[in-house]
Amino acid sequence: MSTDALALPGTELASRPLVSKLHDWVATVDHKKLGILYIIYALVFLLIAGVEAMIIRIQLIRPHNDFISPQVFNRMFTMHGTTMIFFVVMPVLFGFANYLIPLMIGARDMAFPRLNAFSFWMTAFGGLLLYFSLVGANGLYGAGNAPDVGWFAYAPLTSQTFSIGHSTDFWILALLVSGFGSIGTAINIVATILCMRCPGMTLAKMPLFAWLNLIMAGLVILAVSPLTAAQIMLLIDRYLGGHFFDTQAGGSAVIWMHFFWIFGHPEVYVLVLPAFAFVSEVIPVFSRKPIFGYSVMVAATVAIGFISMSVWAHHMFTVGMGANVNTFFVISTMAIAVPTGIKIFNWLATMWGGKIEFKTPMLFCTAFLFQFLAAGLTGVMLSVAPFTWQLGNSYFVVAHFHYVIVGGILFALFGAFYYWFPKMSGKMYSETLGKLHFWVFIVGFHLTFDFMHIPGLLGMPRRIYTYEPGRGWDTWNFIVTIGVFFQAVGILVFLGNLIWSYLRGKAAGSDPWDAWTLEWSTNSPPPAYNFASRPVVKSRRPLWDLKHPADPDWNYE
Amino acid sequence: MNATSMTVSGARLEWNLPDRGRVAMQCLIAAEAAIFTIFVVAYVFYLGKSLTGPMPKDVLSVPIVYTVCLLSSSLTIHFAAKHLRRGGVLSFGVLWLATITLGAAFLYGTGTEWYRLIYQEGFTIGTNLFGTTYYSLVGLHGFHVVVGLLSLSTVMVFTLTGRVRSEHAERIEVLSLYWHFVDVVWVVVFTVVYVIGR
Amino acid sequence: MGANSRTEGSNLRLRGSISGCAVGLPIFVCFGGAALAFADPTQPSSPTNIFAPASSPAKSIFGLSLFVLAVTGAIFLVVFALLLYSVVSFRKKRNDDGREPPQVYGSNQVELAWTVIPVLIVVALFMATARVIALVQKTSPPGNAIAVTAIGHQFWWEYRYPDLGVVTANELHLPVSDPAYPTPTFITLLSADTDHSFWVPRLGGKTDLIPNHPNTMWIDPQATGVYFGQCAQYCGTQHAKMLLRVYVQTKDEFNQWILQQRQPAFANDAVSQGQRTFETTACINCHTVSGTVANGRFGPDLTHLMSRDTIAAGAAPNTPQNLRLWIRNPDAIKPGSLMPAMQLSDQQLDALTAYLETLR
Ligand code: HEA
Ligand code: HEA
Ligand code: HEC
Ligand code: CUA
Ligand SMILES: [Cu+2]
Repeated sequence: MSTDALALPGTELASRPLVSKLHDWVATVDHKKLGILYIIYALVFLLIAGVEAMIIRIQLIRPHNDFISPQVFNRMFTMHGTTMIFFVVMPVLFGFANYLIPLMIGARDMAFPRLNAFSFWMTAFGGLLLYFSLVGANGLYGAGNAPDVGWFAYAPLTSQTFSIGHSTDFWILALLVSGFGSIGTAINIVATILCMRCPGMTLAKMPLFAWLNLIMAGLVILAVSPLTAAQIMLLIDRYLGGHFFDTQAGGSAVIWMHFFWIFGHPEVYVLVLPAFAFVSEVIPVFSRKPIFGYSVMVAATVAIGFISMSVWAHHMFTVGMGANVNTFFVISTMAIAVPTGIKIFNWLATMWGGKIEFKTPMLFCTAFLFQFLAAGLTGVMLSVAPFTWQLGNSYFVVAHFHYVIVGGILFALFGAFYYWFPKMSGKMYSETLGKLHFWVFIVGFHLTFDFMHIPGLLGMPRRIYTYEPGRGWDTWNFIVTIGVFFQAVGILVFLGNLIWSYLRGKAAGSDPWDAWTLEWSTNSPPPAYNFASRPVVKSRRPLWDLKHPADPDWNYE
Repeated sequence: MNATSMTVSGARLEWNLPDRGRVAMQCLIAAEAAIFTIFVVAYVFYLGKSLTGPMPKDVLSVPIVYTVCLLSSSLTIHFAAKHLRRGGVLSFGVLWLATITLGAAFLYGTGTEWYRLIYQEGFTIGTNLFGTTYYSLVGLHGFHVVVGLLSLSTVMVFTLTGRVRSEHAERIEVLSLYWHFVDVVWVVVFTVVYVIGR
Repeated sequence: MGANSRTEGSNLRLRGSISGCAVGLPIFVCFGGAALAFADPTQPSSPTNIFAPASSPAKSIFGLSLFVLAVTGAIFLVVFALLLYSVVSFRKKRNDDGREPPQVYGSNQVELAWTVIPVLIVVALFMATARVIALVQKTSPPGNAIAVTAIGHQFWWEYRYPDLGVVTANELHLPVSDPAYPTPTFITLLSADTDHSFWVPRLGGKTDLIPNHPNTMWIDPQATGVYFGQCAQYCGTQHAKMLLRVYVQTKDEFNQWILQQRQPAFANDAVSQGQRTFETTACINCHTVSGTVANGRFGPDLTHLMSRDTIAAGAAPNTPQNLRLWIRNPDAIKPGSLMPAMQLSDQQLDALTAYLETLR
């Protein structure tokens, strides 16, 4: 490829000792290296939290199973939920944002490279703190235990009275520290997108990926901060004798719920917006059409961002909030279905009339569309407060959110991995293994999470370490557990594919997908300086313009 | 095809983007504002819900003088930055020092109030809900004043060693944004704690 | 959509439909199957099936949920079909000419359509929902309502009938309510420690029991029988074994039960050895047996222990063996429960069990 000529002379890395290479990674402030660090870190935690999920499922495979004790079970779901949300999905999304945003907007790096490194290490440190509870939670006795308060840690279960030892403190500190990291990264993303765009790239000409991440970062800033505040209050309660959530002294358990979900609900859109971003890049390229209704997509995202700040109490329909409050949160929650639906329809319209090529990334994104549709609709069922008086805290909720998170976010994420792997590694992944991963994982996913809705409808609450026979839950739980093993195999295939392709894959070239955004205009992997010279763009699809000089996009936008 | 060719299509175009420092500071302020909102909400929510005394009106006195100090420091920092932009390094230094002094005076005020509350009234963070919310909210603000003072002092050191020049005015203004924010927060805290809450 | 949309349905390829179905079928089977399996409320497939309501709140929720399922089901089918169609018919053909398809950038009319239609659907869903919320939440107790206070404890339920002077644990007894002359039960929900949630799916939705935040809910069970449920808010180690049993009886049976519960504890003239053990061990710090020195409130009231079918919030049937095992080592039945093992000798255990069995 002629692009090789772009590399500045003398930047070729001679083979250096391992220590020095490692030092490069640890001390790096390069957005691409940090992106990859985030991603690898998240993958490690995906395995850990996935194994925790497997333990949960094995325990629940039949009634009155005694694979693990109730104490261990409670720690497992707490660790599983906390790890998955804060140390798998958040970091992996930040990783992609870090890696791709500067490339997509034609910048040399993020706005604040050192803040970027700092944020990553804060996040990393947070994860380690959480798992340090396994040895440190009982002081220096060496015998630790993980937190067991659930991922939303309702008061007063977190007070000194009910949570003895330090496991809850590690939970608090882990989220506090990684929260600082997240806020740092979010500030960086906003500053990068607003201030580092290459000439010609007005806001209306940014790739949707940048738009969605911009809104995501805004939500992080506004949503993670309340969590930080609430965690500080909890620490004050636990260590300084405060009474914020101390029901004995007149404190309120309900206010913790509000504080948590003021964070918790926007958080789920923080997780899903980047998934939307992946899909918004992959679908057009593999359908060979520009995204349908760009400006409406942007508007819908902004609307989602705003509405999502006002729906938090739909997690509290069973708390006894009174009819009027419930009614308000019903309508605000339902309202979010409209902009989300608009997005689905626009993706659909992008595929309509295209020439769709089902390479692995597109397979994953197509499955995303189907599954997110179903998951969103179960969300709408849950937004019907009276229905949630039945469904709340049941396995139906668990099924709903895994359907969004695994069937939506994880699928989009796998699509993103395959789509950008050639750019990040310079190698092509194995299409065969990719397809195998897709099929095995999708079977596992549907076995697990389709059938998980049913015990919920039959009255099975979540967070129970065992259940009574004769409630009609046994068969469903059995199927659900079997599905997890398929998922595990799928994930092993995925990791195998990544490793094998990295070592043995064919060279990918700079633009394997014949794509349109700026990251495909530079080498794979991109050199440290990203672009040999600063790009200048005139439309949303600069590479389309380049490839079709006779019919450039800027004539139409 | 490569990146170089991307530039070819570009005519000379005007290309101005916002300053990243300013954007980042605004984001940071948004995040901080969210944190303070939660603390203020907690304070207001727990007003009058303490099971035991003392109540705010029993122990709090209104810190008018110190409030005036803090608020006027917003003025001094504003003019300091203005002078720096015009190149007046000396007047900048003087106003900057005044800002620090006023901020420190405010902190001293909080310190004496807390000393009185703790050692004379025996009123601590664990006394009741009021104690918890009061010390947390005022303490959180005080913490921000401390952070602000530390950064202001760093700039002061650079000024004294002669390394602050008018081309740094942009950064100084970004820093002063933070200080203004700390002041605005105090207006809210003051209203909630000393006006409404009493 | 665009000016140039050709129809290309001719070349349906098998693999396209397979991949589409592989994604869609399980979803469809799941929801369709679920709806079918639960369609018959008289013959519930599960004693905790939310689609087999037996009380007014549960019934209004059931009606609403059918409506919601129908609406969301219809949306699902339509959008699913559109997706499937585009996946199948817009695949790149094998004999593709290599040219890019017509580039379509958007269309305001279409956008407007798929904004307005969902808005209308949302409004309809919202109205139906608001109605049921008001119906269930804005009802106030009629004069003949039964008042019950339910107090959640880690990990058992305390029930008090303030008007009837009865205190019991874990097994709630209620009179059946004739739909023509309803005698609903209004439950005040309190918590002694952490959050819990009262959920008997066939009788009504769940409502949480939160310390310092009294809640209320109401039910009017319309058929006799035992209704099951369990605590639905994570409350600590044994959240899983905080089971709920509601015994709905005819009015006569219920009155009988109340009379019997009002009796003081069975008393033997010659205080038995078991009773002496009970009253000299820590038992009385946590348990009440009315009419004796035992007046603890940390654990369940044992005055009429033997009138209950289960012990430890449904964790085990109430048999002499289980009672004995429970007193010897509660962890054997319910690991993590807050009752300590008392380190009693075999002989003491036998005597204690014998005593407990007199508490009818
Ligand atoms: C990324 C994650 C994610 C996403 C995107 C969503 C999306 C939605 N969620 Fe979900 N949710 C979670 C993650 C997520 N959720 C988690 C983690 C929990 C549980 C937390 C816990 O308790 O541990 C939860 C719990 C949860 C509850 C609380 C249940 C309970 O605990 O009692 C509710 C209730 O309203 C809800 C609703 C919704 C709604 C209405 C949407 C909507 O955004 C969905 C919108 C999408 C569509 C509707 C589909 C497409 C639209 C159309 C095709 C248009 C036409 C449709 C209509 C007009 C209806 N969710
Ligand atoms: C990002 C979010 C995310 C993701 C991806 C997942 C993924 C999965 N979750 Fe998770 N889950 C949550 C977030 C998530 N979950 C949250 C927030 C909760 C609530 C917690 C709470 O109540 O507090 C929850 C709760 C939860 C429960 C309910 C527990 C309870 O209430 O009692 C269950 C039960 O089935 C479950 C199962 C699963 C399964 C089977 C997967 C699978 O998809 C996982 C698939 C992954 C693997 C199978 C890993 C593969 C690993 C290997 C192959 C390793 C082998 C190799 C080595 C050891 C090197 N989850
Ligand atoms: C520290 C307090 C404590 C002491 C002491 C104690 N118990 Fe208990 N007991 C409890 C608690 C709490 C429960 C409910 C446990 C649960 O269901 O999780 C319970 C439950 C029971 C039950 C089952 C009641 C029911 O209806 O389910 C019996 C029987 C019982 N205790 C008997 C005894 C006897 C006999 C002793 C003395 C030898 C004793 N308890 C001492 C706290 C105590
Ligand atoms: Cu009580 Cu869960
Ligand atoms: Cu939510």
